[in-house]
Amino acid sequence: MQALVIAAHGSHLNPDASDPTYAHADTVRETGAFDEVREAFWKEEPHFREVIRTLESDEVFVVPLFISEGYFTEQVIPRELRLEEWDPEKWDSDGTSASQVTLEAEDVGKTIHYCGPVGTHDAMTDVIVQRAESVTEDPDVGEVSASGDAEARRSISDGGFGLTVVGHGTERNENSAKAIEYHTERIRETDRFDEAKALFMDEEPEVDDVTDYFDTDDVVVVPLFIADGYHTQEDIPEDMGLTEDYRLGWDVPSEVDGHRIWYAGAVGTEGLMADVILERAADAGADIGDAVESVREATGLEAGAEPEPNAEPGD
Amino acid sequence: MTATPASVEALLEAVDDDGAVAFDGFRVERAADGYALETPDEEWTGLAADDLADALEPLSDYVTNWRYWQRSVSGEGTARRAFLRWCERAPLEVETDRKTTADETTDEPVATHPSIDAPLSVPERYDALRDGLDREWGQLCLTARLVDDADDDPVGERVYDLWHVDDADSDLADLEVYDDPRDAREIATYDEDGRYRPLKTAPTLPSGWAFTGLSGGELVETVEFFYPATVANWHRELQGTLDVDHWTETAERQTGIYDVLDELPREGVEWMAEACCVDSQCLRRREWEFDEDDELDVDGGDGPFPCREPCSLVVAAARKWTILESEQERTYELELTASEYNQLAALIDAVAEGRTDEIREADVNDGANRYRARYLRAKRFDEEGNLEARRVDD
Ligand code: SF4
Repeated sequence: MQALVIAAHGSHLNPDASDPTYAHADTVRETGAFDEVREAFWKEEPHFREVIRTLESDEVFVVPLFISEGYFTEQVIPRELRLEEWDPEKWDSDGTSASQVTLEAEDVGKTIHYCGPVGTHDAMTDVIVQRAESVTEDPDVGEVSASGDAEARRSISDGGFGLTVVGHGTERNENSAKAIEYHTERIRETDRFDEAKALFMDEEPEVDDVTDYFDTDDVVVVPLFIADGYHTQEDIPEDMGLTEDYRLGWDVPSEVDGHRIWYAGAVGTEGLMADVILERAADAGADIGDAVESVREATGLEAGAEPEPNAEPGD
Repeated sequence: MTATPASVEALLEAVDDDGAVAFDGFRVERAADGYALETPDEEWTGLAADDLADALEPLSDYVTNWRYWQRSVSGEGTARRAFLRWCERAPLEVETDRKTTADETTDEPVATHPSIDAPLSVPERYDALRDGLDREWGQLCLTARLVDDADDDPVGERVYDLWHVDDADSDLADLEVYDDPRDAREIATYDEDGRYRPLKTAPTLPSGWAFTGLSGGELVETVEFFYPATVANWHRELQGTLDVDHWTETAERQTGIYDVLDELPREGVEWMAEACCVDSQCLRRREWEFDEDDELDVDGGDGPFPCREPCSLVVAAARKWTILESEQERTYELELTASEYNQLAALIDAVAEGRTDEIREADVNDGANRYRARYLRAKRFDEEGNLEARRVDD
């Protein structure tokens, strides 16, 4: 038997913090790829400390639902799971390349495949793009010539879209900025968007000045965060000038300095995140059959599939 | 009887394959002189195959009991199986190095544990299961019952219902009925007043819902969504392998912003356990102490499932108390009447007991009444909104 554990932060104060974790866990459950699927948290229950013992499987794949390698993935989760042999060196990562390491959990005698965080997996780039598709309700966003629907272009001038991936700066964690840059570069290489740029909350280039960095009229803003919360629902919208006061909400798109800003909210709420979780586990040797294909189909990435935005714009 | 019931067929097959089947005081064996059959009350030997089938006919409860546990539930040694056995008061098959007593009907050792009472024999259980057998797990009431059998082919499958203990007498029609274990997550997220419940084992689970017709696996899954990891830790405790992490170990393990925890004075830990871990606040039975051989005075509670280390909520609160306890004590001088002094105590008490909502609007005899509190504030606060007092120790 094999089990999947999705390790997330959770919250003592905000009941919605765990919603994406539950949603992605349920998507994985529906595929039937694992005999058991569990959500586990630092601030909710089951706690990291106690999750492994709730499983009957001998082989457990732990995927951290975190954006980057850092304090939680390198220290907190392995310690709380009692991965005695753990050492961050074992990931042999440059900050964004951790894949997995196989260890034993001391309290239960099970084999644990401890995977890198979802945020640095290559498949995360697709999720960011899909987030852009969801928020614009346009499966061809950015690809002007590919769209059969002139309306779908929604652009005033050249039809092009810019895209920015937004994160914390290096202040908290150097690897967090690396992950942002990594995906931005990958998106830039696809040439799908006229411009792709990484922006940060607490350092240059700052998200506050988003319109200074783009020539395109339309800019999709995708924060690389796991869950919506204070940063994505209060800070960033106000900093970008989408709204005076987050409590009043904002339009999608919003006019700012002659640009149209399509603010996507946390990328982690996108249904396709379940795919990244599965790919992490598969990279670590999980036998998941055709689960990746069925998730991609269900969450609407396949070309021609109807996009299914899982949140109303501005939500 | 028109045909051999499927359960009997499966049993005969198992006897042929393994030579013998023994389960819950019931035993069938193939010997040189024919089949031997045994229940706690009766014994047969030297039976031919046909005679065995006849002899088994009135014993269908034993046969279906064997089939349910060994074929449907299986999972020997798992917490899931032990929990389902507990649900119908079957003897638990735990291997334990704790004190055990022998069960009279089966001569098997059974565990002693606060959640365990005298096990029932197979006929007793079947009697009880026909009406539904109830167990309590925190604020959950669990009912195990037999699926209605076709008369000529008893199957003995169990199904399980689950609701809030406060709804034990409610009409099912008045409850919101669910059958997907995952719905428990949503129910467990908010209390009756719609407030977030960060501690799943707080005794604030709302009522008004029911899960019906769950399989054994689904029941355990649902219980674990309501009270995560309680089944696994209960099972470990039964086996004598609960790995308790006491306060000092937990505090020393912390890093980052929780690194300060090991500076919380011992008496602070005592007050914290009294504030957070008693049964009125949390249904887990606190098994962790200050240290392995330094017990806290405050009562750990007496629920069926243990708490094996300070939870994340207590860890986060402890950080606050550690910081607060690093402050110096001061002496203040302030003017209060005797009644006002008593009123301060009443206010603290009402908040600590979560009683403020219950105090009636016009009950001005209660010191924690809102008008009384507003009056006191109007009288005793200065312009900055602080309680008027003078520090006298410097
Ligand atoms: S530490 Fe206290 S409050 Fe937390 S789960 Fe254990 S008994 Fe309950």
